[in-house]
Amino acid sequence: MAFRLFIEILKRKEISVLVILLIVISFFYSLQPVFLSTSNTDALRRITPELSIPALGITMLMITGEFDLSIGSVFGFTPILAATLMDTGINAWVSISFSLLICCLIGAIHGIITTKANIPSFITTLGGMLIWRGAALAITGGMPKYFHVPPEIANILTRSITGSISFHVQELWLITLTIVFSIILFRHKFGNWMLATGGNKEAARALGINTSKVKTLCFMLCSLMAGFGGIMQSTRLAAALPNQGDGLEFDAIAAAVIGGTSLYGGSGTIIGTVIGGYLSRVIENGLVIIRAPSYYYRLYIGIIIIIAVIMNLYLQRRAMKVRG
Amino acid sequence: MSEGNLVKMVDIHKWFGKVYALKGVDFSVNRGEIVGLVGDNGAGKSTLIKILSGIYPPDKGRIYFEGKEVKFSSPRDAMKIGIEVIHQELTVAPLMSIARNIFMGREIEKHIGPIKLLDLKRMRDESLRALNKIGLFMRDVDTIIENLSGGERQGVAIARAMYFKTKLLILDEPTNNLSVKESAKVLEFIKELKNEGISCVFITHNLYHVYPIADRIVVLSHGKKVGDFKKEETSIENITQIITSE
Repeated sequence: MAFRLFIEILKRKEISVLVILLIVISFFYSLQPVFLSTSNTDALRRITPELSIPALGITMLMITGEFDLSIGSVFGFTPILAATLMDTGINAWVSISFSLLICCLIGAIHGIITTKANIPSFITTLGGMLIWRGAALAITGGMPKYFHVPPEIANILTRSITGSISFHVQELWLITLTIVFSIILFRHKFGNWMLATGGNKEAARALGINTSKVKTLCFMLCSLMAGFGGIMQSTRLAAALPNQGDGLEFDAIAAAVIGGTSLYGGSGTIIGTVIGGYLSRVIENGLVIIRAPSYYYRLYIGIIIIIAVIMNLYLQRRAMKVRG
Repeated sequence: MSEGNLVKMVDIHKWFGKVYALKGVDFSVNRGEIVGLVGDNGAGKSTLIKILSGIYPPDKGRIYFEGKEVKFSSPRDAMKIGIEVIHQELTVAPLMSIARNIFMGREIEKHIGPIKLLDLKRMRDESLRALNKIGLFMRDVDTIIENLSGGERQGVAIARAMYFKTKLLILDEPTNNLSVKESAKVLEFIKELKNEGISCVFITHNLYHVYPIADRIVVLSHGKKVGDFKKEETSIENITQIITSE
C-alpha cells in the first residue's frame, strides 16, 4: 500500500522538479549559509511571484498548444501605460484597471490573429514582443517613469509583514492564482477543453469544442498575467522601466517546461510551474550569494531545463514499468 | 422511403477538379445493421463517407436521415443528428485519461455552491460502465490513452459513441495497423454495438475482417456501386472476384 502510494507520487511530474529544487537549495546553503538567512529568503519570496504569475499564464496557454513570446514586453509595457495615465492625473485604480484591460485586448489580438490567419503563435507573438517593447520605449523615450501608487494599492500588491514569521502579499496572490488555475484546468470543463485543444485539436473540434475560442481566451489570460506581474514589480520598485521584463518570456517558458508542461501542448500542471519558477529564481539568487559571476545564470538554467525534462521522462517511464 | 432505412444516400456525385470520384452512388443503412463498405484503393469509399459525415457536400444527390432530407455544412451538423466517425487515432487526445476523453466536449458537471465543476467521479463511473458494455474491461479509467493498445483506443472511441447514443457509427479502417488479436477485439466491440441497436458502416479493404460481422456488404469500384449483397447471398470468394474483375 505504502509502495503503491510511493509509485503514485513518483508518477507525478512535479516530484522530480521538487527534488531538483531541494538539491539546488542544499547546494547553495552548504556553500554559503547566508543563502537561507531570513533577509535573503524574504527577498526571494518577494520577487519570485513576479516571474511565477506570468509563468502560470503561459502554462495555461502552452497546454492549449500555443506559445507567447511577448509576455516580457507586455510585462514592461503595462506599467508604463499605467504610469503614463497616472501622470495625466487619472486615478491610480482606473489607470491600472484600464492597463490590465488593455492586456486582455493585446492577448485577444494575438489569439485572433493566430487562430484566424492560422499562423504559428511563435510568429504572431514574436511580432507582439517587438511591438509592445517598442511601444514602451517610444512612450518613455527610453527613460524610466515614476510609478507612485496610493498606499492601499501598494498594500494589495506588495505588502510584506516581516518578523519571526514573515509574509508577503505577492505570495498570497501566487497561491490564490495557483489554486484558481488548477481548479480551472483539472476540475472545470474549460480545462478539459484546453487539454483536448492542445492534445488533439481535430478531435476536439469534431466533438464541438471551439478550439479557437479556447486558445484566444488563454492568450488573453496569458497577457493579463504578464501585465499583472509587471504592475506588481513596478509597485515594488516605485518605477516603471521601459526594459522591465526583458528576457522574462524565456524564464517563464523555462519554468513551465521544467515543471512538466509539454512543449507540444495537451499536458501540464500549475504547481509544477510554480516549483519551476522558484527553481529559476533560486539559481539566479544563489549564484549571486556564492559570488559566482551572474553571467552563469542562463547557462545553469539551460542545463537544468534539459536535466528536468529528461528526469521527468525517465521517472514516468520507470513508474509505469513498476506498475506493470 | 422504407421504415427500416436509417440513412439513405441517393444518386451521389462528386468531382474533384477533373477527377470524377463518385458517379451516382446509392447507399443505405438500415436500423441496427452492420454494413461493410469495401473496394480497392481509390474506389470512392472514403469520399462517400466524408460526404455522409459532413466533411464535403455532394455535387449532386440527396441524403435522407430517418426519412428526412438533411444537408450538412460541417461534421458537427452530422454529429448533432447522431452520425459519428471513428478514424484511426483521430478522435482521442493521447495525453488525456480515458474518462476525460470519453466526455471530451460533453462533460458531466455538478454544482458546488454557485459554480459548476466537473463531476469526475460520475465521469469515471459512467466511463467504466460504457467500456464494460462493449466488453472492454479496464482497471483504471484514469489511465492516459497513450498507454493503451491500438485496439483499446478504438474501444474507447466506440464506447464514447455508444454512450452518447450515436445512431450511425462510421468506422474508417478500424483494424488497420492492428495485430490479429487487437483486430479481433475491435470486431467484438462492433458486435456489441449492434446489440445496442446502433447501425454501423465498416470501411475496410480487408474482407476477412468485415465478412464475419457484416449483415450486408457494399462494393465500390471506380466511383460506382458494383455490388450490394446480403451476407447470406454471397461469399468472400464471390466479392473478391467482383473487386478484382472490375
